[in-house]
Amino acid sequence: MNLLGQFALWAALLISIWAVVLAFSGQTVERAEVARAVRRAPHAASLAVWIASIALWKALFAHDFSVEYVYAYTSRNLPDYYLFSAFWAGQKGSLLFWALVLGSFASLAQIVTPPRYRDLLPTVAGVTSGVLAFFLLVMLVGGANPFGQLPFVPPDGRGLNPQLQNPGMVIHPPMLYLGYIGLTIPFAFAIAALWHRRLDSGWIHAIRKWSLVSWLFLSVGITIGMWWAYVELGWGGYWAWDPVENASLLPWLTLTAFLHSVMIQEKRGMLKRWNVGLVIGSFLLSIFGTFLTRSGVIASVHSFAQSNVGYFFLAFLVVVGVLCYTLLYTRWPALEPEAQLESLASREAAFLFNNLILIGIAFSVLWGTIFPVLSEAVRDVKISVGPPFFNRVNVPLGLMLLLLTGIGPLIAWRKTSVPNLKRQFAASLGGALVTAVVLLVAGMRDFYALIALVIAAFVLGTVVQEFVRGIRARRRLYGESLIVATGRLVGRNRRRYGGYLVHVAIVVYFVAFTGGAFKVTREATLRVGESMDIRSPFGATYRLTHLGVSQYDALNRQVSAATLEVRRDGQRIGTVVSEKRQHVDSFGNPTFQPSTEVGILPSIREDLYVVFAGTVDFTERASFAITLNPLVWWVWFGGILLVVGGLITLWPGGPGMAPQVTRVRAPEALEPAPEPVNV
Amino acid sequence: MTGPIDRRRVLGVLAAGLLARRLDAQQAGQPGAADPLPRPGVVGAPRRVVDSVQNDPQIVAVERRLRCPCPCGLDVFTCRTTDFTCTYSPARHDEVVALFREGKTPEEVVAAFVDRYGEEALMAPKPEGFGIVGYLLPGAAILTGASLLGWYILRRSRLRRAAAGAVAVSDVSPAPVPDIAGAADRETAQDVDRLQRALRDLET
Repeated sequence: MNLLGQFALWAALLISIWAVVLAFSGQTVERAEVARAVRRAPHAASLAVWIASIALWKALFAHDFSVEYVYAYTSRNLPDYYLFSAFWAGQKGSLLFWALVLGSFASLAQIVTPPRYRDLLPTVAGVTSGVLAFFLLVMLVGGANPFGQLPFVPPDGRGLNPQLQNPGMVIHPPMLYLGYIGLTIPFAFAIAALWHRRLDSGWIHAIRKWSLVSWLFLSVGITIGMWWAYVELGWGGYWAWDPVENASLLPWLTLTAFLHSVMIQEKRGMLKRWNVGLVIGSFLLSIFGTFLTRSGVIASVHSFAQSNVGYFFLAFLVVVGVLCYTLLYTRWPALEPEAQLESLASREAAFLFNNLILIGIAFSVLWGTIFPVLSEAVRDVKISVGPPFFNRVNVPLGLMLLLLTGIGPLIAWRKTSVPNLKRQFAASLGGALVTAVVLLVAGMRDFYALIALVIAAFVLGTVVQEFVRGIRARRRLYGESLIVATGRLVGRNRRRYGGYLVHVAIVVYFVAFTGGAFKVTREATLRVGESMDIRSPFGATYRLTHLGVSQYDALNRQVSAATLEVRRDGQRIGTVVSEKRQHVDSFGNPTFQPSTEVGILPSIREDLYVVFAGTVDFTERASFAITLNPLVWWVWFGGILLVVGGLITLWPGGPGMAPQVTRVRAPEALEPAPEPVNV
Repeated sequence: MTGPIDRRRVLGVLAAGLLARRLDAQQAGQPGAADPLPRPGVVGAPRRVVDSVQNDPQIVAVERRLRCPCPCGLDVFTCRTTDFTCTYSPARHDEVVALFREGKTPEEVVAAFVDRYGEEALMAPKPEGFGIVGYLLPGAAILTGASLLGWYILRRSRLRRAAAGAVAVSDVSPAPVPDIAGAADRETAQDVDRLQRALRDLET
């Protein structure tokens, strides 16, 4: 089966190279049968990669330790679901997983793309095949072959890193990869449109769902990654501005910018060059993230072992970047805008500023990530760039972005009058003002937290206002009930109202992030029966009493569990258990250093986060790090809201997803587009 | 036969009994002895007893500015309360405590670390020299972009107004903005039209 897997990878590589050559040979335009053949290539390559992937999964489940990858990442006593996820636990397997998803997406794109964009599909197949061929080359030639054999068969494997033995790691990497790899399809359509000079809005419609799906997967992947870091790593936070975390944020930011700016192209025929540039840039950033994770050029706890694979990615990044932007440059005149910006007080301008901030944040994150390398090159001085840097630079930018989230939807296309602005913003500004007064009276003095909460109230006000206007109009026009009016309003324009829900989710994220400013951490050593107190920023006092340490065997580990009884203001609210785990192989030999499993008592106000640090002189007298993390629960709730909003936006049907362009154009006429009407 | 009762002996026994009960009661209410773990080899390295120094806000604040040299990428405080296999962060903590005991201020402690280990010991570069470029460039780039964008839009807007003046289309004025918010409740045909426009605006 391993041999079959290797053979399948070579077959996929040859098919992909064949498709690239044919797709860009010009034959696809002249000969229909060639075009058809090229379009079938992704199906064949995908099938071959599936065969290779099944072969690797089979080796993992069969504990075939003659395969070096299986030996390195599994053991006989590893639970089945982690045998499944061990597929992407290491460098080589994750590259194959990337190829698997890419092959599947490339094949799917050929199937689901509507017939009206069919003439672009051979070139799309060529581009996706090119990217797939690159990944297969890295595996087969770059020393990352997952089917590499050991010269002997060990009795057991080294086991899976304990930090990867978490449900989050079963879901997080695939979600992130789906997001990263999904970007290849919009990229392929952009290149196909440039290649064939089909620079109308057709390609934009063809990629709308792909870009939304990628964005949604990236969002989910990032959020689950935050959850994994929070529950597994034990440092009490969910985002550390680690280079690999930053690498996942970069394409998310540029893709978010694209999802906004593409609306300007759809409505006004503007920003065509910018949108192509953003799609290409997002794809390149996804490759840049892969380069960062795999090159070892920047230290990160999340990166794979250092290898030569990174240089392949760097070369690919440079070559593809130069080729794509050169192609864009050659098509520059054909991407003339169909209209011009007319006023600073217009939705186009708000979206443009939104794009500017998003790209600015992406730039500052990229800048901060590579700044240590630059500093070393320029000054020959090693420096570290951690959260204090990123927070200082990005928090003000993030707040500006949040503010624009509220402003954009309330401004009319083309131009808005001052009286209309006043009418649109009066209620939400009033709400923000009331929030500011309440928070100040309540004693909040943290500047950034205060500003964030006030802006959050403003944005929430604008979204509520939009829903109220629409629902009220429907109820007055059609006499519908509240529920029916809400359902139909959302159903009539899923993209818009799903988008609003996503905005609410972003507000919830920001509110949750402010909790970080009020985090409290204390350490204590407790004998059994001893207690410690910790005071919450909300004013409550938690008393934690050490109940003892129990030791037992479970699955593939030996567990030492410390239990604490928790009382809030004297009232018992439960117990929390934190563990030390010593993982062992099937012979009972330790496989890794003892790891720590966090105990969390969550609530919507704050999480009680307990880390069992260890014992004093191997007795039950134990040391703990206790953290009160305000508002963390809301990060996960924001994630759920974001998924719901994203799914509403993506749901098929509804006028919002129709391919027709509702363009507000007025090349000659001077009258502005209708402003939003108050109801 | 029993002899005469010794009053002093009786009082002694009673006192001993009372003392024993009191000791029992005290033991029941107090933390138990630190029992040894049955399997000491599986709980990692032994920990030191946490003292007040480890929670000292001044020490914690300084440690949050110092980077742990292990590959975790975390600050010294977070690492020493998270990664219990790390040997660097406890050592750095001891150094911070020692420097405070020498009477140094927080700034002096941080400066001493930079002297000892270089700028790499900090969680973020100092905002001076080349470091200032790191802090200012993103903001400067965005400000420049925003200024250019604003200038471009205003210029377009001015040109457009000038063009409008040249063709003198004085009769083309912005359509009045319907304001249904303050309208009476009567549903005239005009009201319905305005509502339909509003819905169209919201639903497309």
